[in-house]
Amino acid sequence: MRYIPNSPEERAEMLDSIGLSNASELFRSIPADVQLDRKLKITDPLAEAEVISAMEEMAARNSAATKPSFLGAGVYSHFSPTIVDHLIQRSEFFTSYTPYQPEISQGTLQYIFEFQTLICQLTGMEVANASMYDGSTAMAEAYLMAQRVTRRNKIVVATSVHPEYREVAKTYTKHGDAEIVEVAFDETTGRLSDISALDDQTAALVVQSPNFFGCVEDLTALADSAHTVGALLVVVVTEGISFGLLKSPGSCGADIVVGEGQSFGIPMGFGGPHVGLFATQDKFVRQMPGRLCGIAYDKNGNRGFTLTLSTREQHIRREKATSNICTNQGLIALAATIYMETMGKAGLQEVAMQNAQKAAYAKQRISALEGYSIPFSAPTFNEFVVRGSRAASEVLEAAREAGVIGGLALSKYYSGRGKEFLVCVTETSSRANIDRLVGVLS
Amino acid sequence: MSNIPENLRYSKDHEWVSVDGDLAAIGITDYAQHSLGDVVYIDMPRVGDKFSAHEAFGSVESVKAVSEVFTPIAGEVTEVNDGLNDTPEKVNGDPYGDAWFIKIKMDNPLEADGMLSSAEYEEYLEASA
Repeated sequence: MRYIPNSPEERAEMLDSIGLSNASELFRSIPADVQLDRKLKITDPLAEAEVISAMEEMAARNSAATKPSFLGAGVYSHFSPTIVDHLIQRSEFFTSYTPYQPEISQGTLQYIFEFQTLICQLTGMEVANASMYDGSTAMAEAYLMAQRVTRRNKIVVATSVHPEYREVAKTYTKHGDAEIVEVAFDETTGRLSDISALDDQTAALVVQSPNFFGCVEDLTALADSAHTVGALLVVVVTEGISFGLLKSPGSCGADIVVGEGQSFGIPMGFGGPHVGLFATQDKFVRQMPGRLCGIAYDKNGNRGFTLTLSTREQHIRREKATSNICTNQGLIALAATIYMETMGKAGLQEVAMQNAQKAAYAKQRISALEGYSIPFSAPTFNEFVVRGSRAASEVLEAAREAGVIGGLALSKYYSGRGKEFLVCVTETSSRANIDRLVGVLS
Repeated sequence: MSNIPENLRYSKDHEWVSVDGDLAAIGITDYAQHSLGDVVYIDMPRVGDKFSAHEAFGSVESVKAVSEVFTPIAGEVTEVNDGLNDTPEKVNGDPYGDAWFIKIKMDNPLEADGMLSSAEYEEYLEASA
């Protein structure tokens, strides 16, 4: 998009040529009774210095940004190297618009290809798309894709999948023919083990791992159960750093892996913009949603990148397209790519290890406190549930007053779990801050 | 000049049908493959799917476009030529022989008699050229 300035004279000329006397006449097709006939109620203009001081005053009220925080639950605090922000600010990357013309978009297409390759390597899958809006909409697209592949309608989803993801997927698929069945996790392990809801009408079994409670699911067993009835196993991953330590969902038998890429150097940003991940097996590629970039060679053997398999997409297939997601989170996917390539394989493993070890330390210290226990026995990565002896909201409020954001009260999403809260520990949590949390809780 | 074998029946959507008792093999014509260009993928129905006459049963994707393919006669799919997706170029090589898409058990075998003969199809192509 170019910036095209125009003078008052030019504007008058344009209006004149379309037979209008002023710009407000452009809106005359809007009925008068729905038009706003007054000025917007906003403050008068401020001088630049006044704006800066007003913003600083507002920012200073954001005390949460400076307190040690143990909040996770889908959005994670990770360190992002400075290079990520620096490189994505190159003006060539500012428009992440669909690179339909490969002859002028090789750089953009190359990073998309690299992003797809990295997501394949991490998830253990064969093909990944150029990104989705976020983790929850990626999961909803997985529901739809599983229905297309199996020609079945029933989606069995564990209640240990992020509650907001389940809500989004429900809304997203509301007007389709999906029958969504939610199944409870095991109260002792925190994992899904009861798969009796699976039958020959089931399109997919959907689980998150590590799940909302931080518990690592037994994906291999779940994949076997799903495949026995001819259903697909959809694995949701909200914490991408876990790929650095856990067995990939692909190697456990997952058919579709979806997730959130925020952990790859993307700011928490009050919940967005983030980036959805979507990967599957090559045999399902025609049923996959979203944009795909491929590698190709010209007749002289020169390497090039281009969008491929576009016939699945709505600009060609119209209503028969695999999804209406045509665009993607280009800039955020680029940031995630730069993060992953900066960290490298060893770096990502190191970050994952730090997360696991620090979280294990916190879990062990908290569980040793009087009045606190760990309700679920399954192994965890960087998040775990703590059960206290009184309302979790009160415990967390007391912690907040003592200067620590201790975690998320599960009662927000799960009734009957009033004494439990979710604690997340990442590489950004120092030992001193973990000890501080332990001190505040005791 | 399109190749239009005399022993087959044709539709105005450029499909051919080869009748054998109450079974009919369905493919696309030489004219269709030529218009599409290099075929890269065929989206097939599954055995047991039922279609009424003139209903789209799948699609054929070429390097240029993706087009729906219609069954000219009503029936139930008994066989799908899945091997074609490993060798989609067969559709361009000889669209009539091994490159059939599906076989259906016709609800009414007489329906095929209502389709175009090779001479009629040739006329139709000339008229629409």
